[in-house]
Formats: sequence, C-alpha cells, structure tokens
Amino acid sequence: MTTTTTKTTTSGRRSLSEWWNTLNRPQQWAILIPLVVFIYALPVLNPPILTTEPGYDFPIAMFEVARYALIAIGLNVVVGQAGLLDLGYVGFFAVGAYVAALFTSPDSMLTKLPFLAVLPIAMAITMVFGVILGSPTLRLRGDYLAIVTLGFGEIVRLLADNLEPLRGNQGFQQVGHPPGTNADGSAIFNNTDGTPWYWLTVTIIILVLMLVGNLERSRVGRSWVAIRDDEDAASIMGVNTFKFKIWAFVIGAAIGGLSGALYAGQLAFVNNQKFDVVTSILFLAAVILGGSGNKVGVILGAIIVAYIPARFLGIAEYRFLIFGLALIVLMIFRPQGLLGARQRLLTYGRQAYQRLLGKGEQISKDAPVATDKNGGQ
Amino acid sequence: MDDPAGPRPDPHVENELSIHHSSALYLAQDDSVINFDVAGLVDQFWANTVDGLSQGSIYALVALGYTLVYGVLKLINFAHSEVFIYGAYATWFTFYGLGFRPGPTPELAVFELIGFLLLALLAAVLVSGATAVVLERVAYRPLRNRGAPRLVFLITAIGASFVLQQLIFIWRGGNPEQAIRLLRPEPVFEVFGVAITNITIIIVLASILLFFIADTFVNRTRFGRGIRAVAQDPDTATLMGVNKERVIMLTFLIGGLLAGAAALFYMMKIPQGASYQGGFLLGLKAFTAAVLGGIGNLRGALLGGLLLGLMENYGQSLFGGEWRDVVAFVLLIVILMFRPTGILGESLGKARV
Repeated sequence: MTTTTTKTTTSGRRSLSEWWNTLNRPQQWAILIPLVVFIYALPVLNPPILTTEPGYDFPIAMFEVARYALIAIGLNVVVGQAGLLDLGYVGFFAVGAYVAALFTSPDSMLTKLPFLAVLPIAMAITMVFGVILGSPTLRLRGDYLAIVTLGFGEIVRLLADNLEPLRGNQGFQQVGHPPGTNADGSAIFNNTDGTPWYWLTVTIIILVLMLVGNLERSRVGRSWVAIRDDEDAASIMGVNTFKFKIWAFVIGAAIGGLSGALYAGQLAFVNNQKFDVVTSILFLAAVILGGSGNKVGVILGAIIVAYIPARFLGIAEYRFLIFGLALIVLMIFRPQGLLGARQRLLTYGRQAYQRLLGKGEQISKDAPVATDKNGGQ
Repeated sequence: MDDPAGPRPDPHVENELSIHHSSALYLAQDDSVINFDVAGLVDQFWANTVDGLSQGSIYALVALGYTLVYGVLKLINFAHSEVFIYGAYATWFTFYGLGFRPGPTPELAVFELIGFLLLALLAAVLVSGATAVVLERVAYRPLRNRGAPRLVFLITAIGASFVLQQLIFIWRGGNPEQAIRLLRPEPVFEVFGVAITNITIIIVLASILLFFIADTFVNRTRFGRGIRAVAQDPDTATLMGVNKERVIMLTFLIGGLLAGAAALFYMMKIPQGASYQGGFLLGLKAFTAAVLGGIGNLRGALLGGLLLGLMENYGQSLFGGEWRDVVAFVLLIVILMFRPTGILGESLGKARV
C-alpha cells in the first residue's frame, strides 16, 4: 500500500518535527521570534530572488499570500480538522466581503461603521451563515456534503448577481479601511500600498493560529479528529458529532468571512466577480497541496498557490491548469499533501511523545485524504 | 418554444456574457427583490413544458453518465461535465471542418443535413467517449490500484475537471465559440397553442431512443450484466469471472458516448454553447437530475432529467430568468436533505438482476 518514497519522506520529516519537539519553549521562541520578525520585514526588505517585481508589486503579492494563508487556515479547520469537504467556502469569503462593503462603502444605504469594527461584525454574520448552511447539510456525509456545499457556494454567488441591494457587477466603491494617515495626509491603509495590509493580515493570522491551535488541543479539537477518523465510532463514544461539525463549519466560516472583509478593504471595491467555484477550488487546492490537517502545511500550500503565479507571471495564465494537475498527481503519489496531518490526540502530547520518542512518534494515519495504512512506520 | 426564430439564449451563456456586459440588465428590472409571477407561469405553462422537456432530455443523457459511474464506483465523476463539453467542441469543429461558418443557417438538402448531423454525432460521441476513458485510465485507475479513500477520488475528479477545462481555455480562450447552426428551428405542429419545433422533436425523440438503448444494454446484455454485477458487489463479481477493470472502462465509455450525444443536441439547441465553462453548470444540473431520480438508477436519471428541466423552466417563469440556476441548486439541496435516495431509489445493482 505504501510506497518506499512515502516512507523515506515521512521519516525525514518526522525527524525534523521530532527535533522541533525536543527543543524546550525558550529554544523554540529563539527560533520563532526572528522568523516572525523576518516575515514581517519581508515587504520592506524586498529580497532580490523572492521579489515579484517588476511584474507584480511585491507588498501586494505578499498581502495576497497572507490572505490565502488566512483562508487556508480557516478552510483547514473544516476540511483538515473535521474532515468535511467544503467546496463552497468561497461563499463565506463572499459574505465577509459584502458585509464589509455594506457597512463601509458610501454606495450602500446602511449605517457607516469604522472598518475595524466591521471585522468582528463580518465574522459574526458569516458565523450565522455557517449555522444556516451547516445545520441542514451537515447530516450528509462525504461526497454528498461536498456537492451540497458547492451548490450553496453557487447560490451565494447567484444571490450576489441577482439581489439588487448587492449591486451586481457595478459593486461597491470606496470600501472602508483602518484609520491612520501618513505625514502627507494620505491614508496609511490605501489600495496601492500592500505593506500595512500585509502586517495587519499577518498579525491576524498569528492570532487565529493561536486560537485554532488551542481549539485543536481542546475537547473540541479532539472531537473533530474523532469525527474525521470515524464518525460512527465517535458518535458511539459519546461525541456529539452534529454539534462539533457545526462548530467546525462556523469557525471555518468566521475565518473565511474575516479574510473576505480584509480582501474587500484592501481592494476598496467589491462586486459579484471573483466568488466563483474556481476560486473555491483554488482555496481547497491550497489546503490539499500543503497537507490538510496540518497548519504549517496549509500555510505552505497557500504560499504556493498565491505566490507562484505572482512570482512567475509567465505561468499565471496556466495556474488553474497547473494546480489541477498538481491535485491529480498529488492524490496519486502523496494524498496526505506536502506536509501530512500530524495530529496528536493527547492534551499533554508533548510530554507523552517525549517519553515515547525512542519508538518514534505515532503519525496519524487517518487524515481524511491519507492512504498511509501502516502509519508510515 | 415561444420564439422559434431565435430561441432564448441558454442561461449558462447568459452567465458568460454577463461577465463581459454589465449586469445592469438585471439591476434595471424591478424594485422588489424576487417576484412571484404566477400569471406568467400559467401563461407560459405549455411553452415551458415543451422547452423543459427538450432541456431535460439533455440533462437526462448527461445524468446517465453520472449515474452509471456512481453505480459502479460510488464516485461522483466531477469531470463528467468536461467530458460533455469536449463533445460540444467536437461538434463545433465538425461543423467548422465541413466548411460551415458562423452566420446565417445554410440551406441544405435533407439527406445532406442528416449526413452532416450524423457525422457530428459520431465525432462528438468519439471525442467524449475517448475523453472519459482517458480520464479513467490516467486519473482514477492509479487511485483504485492504491485503494484510495473516496474523498481522494473526489479531489482527483475536481482536479481533472479543472485540467480539462483549462486546456480548452488555453487553446480557445475564454469566449464561447460563435454559433454555427445547420438546422434552423421551425415549428412543425402546435400543441396547446405552443409551436413544437423540429429541433425539439429531434432532441426529445433521439434522447429517449438513446436512453432505451442504454437501458437495454445494461439490463439485457452480457456486458450489462457485468456492469450490474460489479455495481452490486465488486469482489464477488471478480470471483465469478467478471473483469472488473474492463467493466469500469466500459462504464466510463458508455457515459462518455451518451454525453457526446447530449453535446450534439445541446449544440443544436444552443449553437453558441461551446464555451470552456459551459459544462460546469450543465454538469452540476445533470448531477442534480441523477440524484433527483435516484443515483445509480438509469430510469431515475431519465425521470430526474426531465423533471429538472420542467421545474427549472417553471421556476424561471415564476421567479424570473436570473433565478433559473438557483431553482436547480435549491432543488438539489432539498432532495439531498429529505430524500437522498431520490424518487426511484438508488442502486444500479439491484435493478432487476
């Protein structure tokens, strides 16, 4: 079942993560903090090989990457953690973008609110949408669920097309942005300079990662993994599967809505384009490529999906083709993604695994898309 | 069909166009959000019925492909919509290769016309069938050999659908091919005040004929018995000497052939329908049709396709044209929630073995 190549790569990766886990907290921080500083400094440094210029403005490209990373983290909660294949995730993204536009754009009839206040509102409203979409559909499983979420995503897009208050193709101009002005009086957060938006998004990503990481290690996260691995067994063992599936859906939706609102703010414009199924599949490709169920993996996947077309503009036109091919090839040779799920089911996993390290850490064999039947041993 | 000279453009194409033109058209309509035009529904009832049946028989043919593959592999062949649209392109290129160009419909002798249409049918059927078989060999068989879980198949299918779609996009660009029409729709007779065009007659009759051929093939022949056996229990079927791989390939081939035929009918009805994205919506609707009738059930696919075509057209009259696709998706969600086995129930294997 498992090929030798999979084995070697798995063990190579495991030694890296083992090494990481043997470090104590201060050592980990000593590596993490410079890394985070470097990530923040990227658009300013504009490193020669990494840069996407002159073809594509580098700070904007970095914002795109960060936006995709945020989306991938949100979708990973649904697909990677709870194992619910959601093909309509772009719907939540669209809801977030429209909420931001409706509350901040002068084109809308609603009361104007400050952009930063709209972010939690966008999250709250997408969460409501998550419940509305989730409660009827989450009784379905597997591929039926996928098709229904696809249908919901399309319905959201068609509503944006057809409902008059949403202004169709004409869209909303001058969507709001966070406060603050430069010395010359121009807004810090404008739609030509990606750097402040990038910093804002990276900060949000770090906060979301902490939140999601804590959720994963909590009762909720363990329930998700149990549902993903075997819904019937989880249900028999007393996991309220429906409740936790809704939670996964709602938290994923909130993150999607948040990134939609950021997208609307950066672009300062929202209309009915860009919310099609193709975009949804591209989000999914980021999660699957990187490794669903692995936070670092999905961020890597998002970087690949968003950065490569910006860096190599020559292939930008072919990106859907390339990522489609990548999905096919990956599903055949490495279905768990570049970095597979590495789920620890123990709350005090670190201590427990350190005791077990002699035998090697048990890698979860059960990501929703993994075929690795013998656990990569 | 209410206006035989120029049938209403297909919604998929409308969607395509609305990207280029502004959707001011939609915005300028009414002040209320959704209308309930009951009078319009009553008024247009028979016209909708006729149009719905011809649209529905195209759905039914495509739905047969979904149903067959689902019955045998328990796989939603997401890329089947692209198999269909490859047939549409094959039709267009056949017309083009025969020397026809976009513009006025040529005057053809009946024999010539039949010959050309049969040639286009052959081309579409071959291209779609070949696409389906290649898809099975390249994308799905390696997964089966590895015993991959079902979601892996679905993701592969999505990837394959992407790839097939983008190949057309890179080759032919984003705009639909210009309409080439060989047969002008002309009213033949009237029923309840609705003119039935020659194209409607051809589409409905040929689709039903093809359905009966497919049904007979699956239920009455040796190969069909193999398909049903694998659908019911692959392991036992293998033990009884059925070549599972060959049966799976055959299933994909039949699905592809039917999709190719559907593609020709689609191009006759909507000559400007060859667009790289054109398959997606139609595929999703055909899948809805398959689920509506009971996926894995051939007769269900026919029933579901016709019903969906009707409901879509009634819905369009009731709510307005821009809600047409929403009707189909809402229907899909409602069926899956309340009767996921569909009207006639699931399972190809149980169908009178």
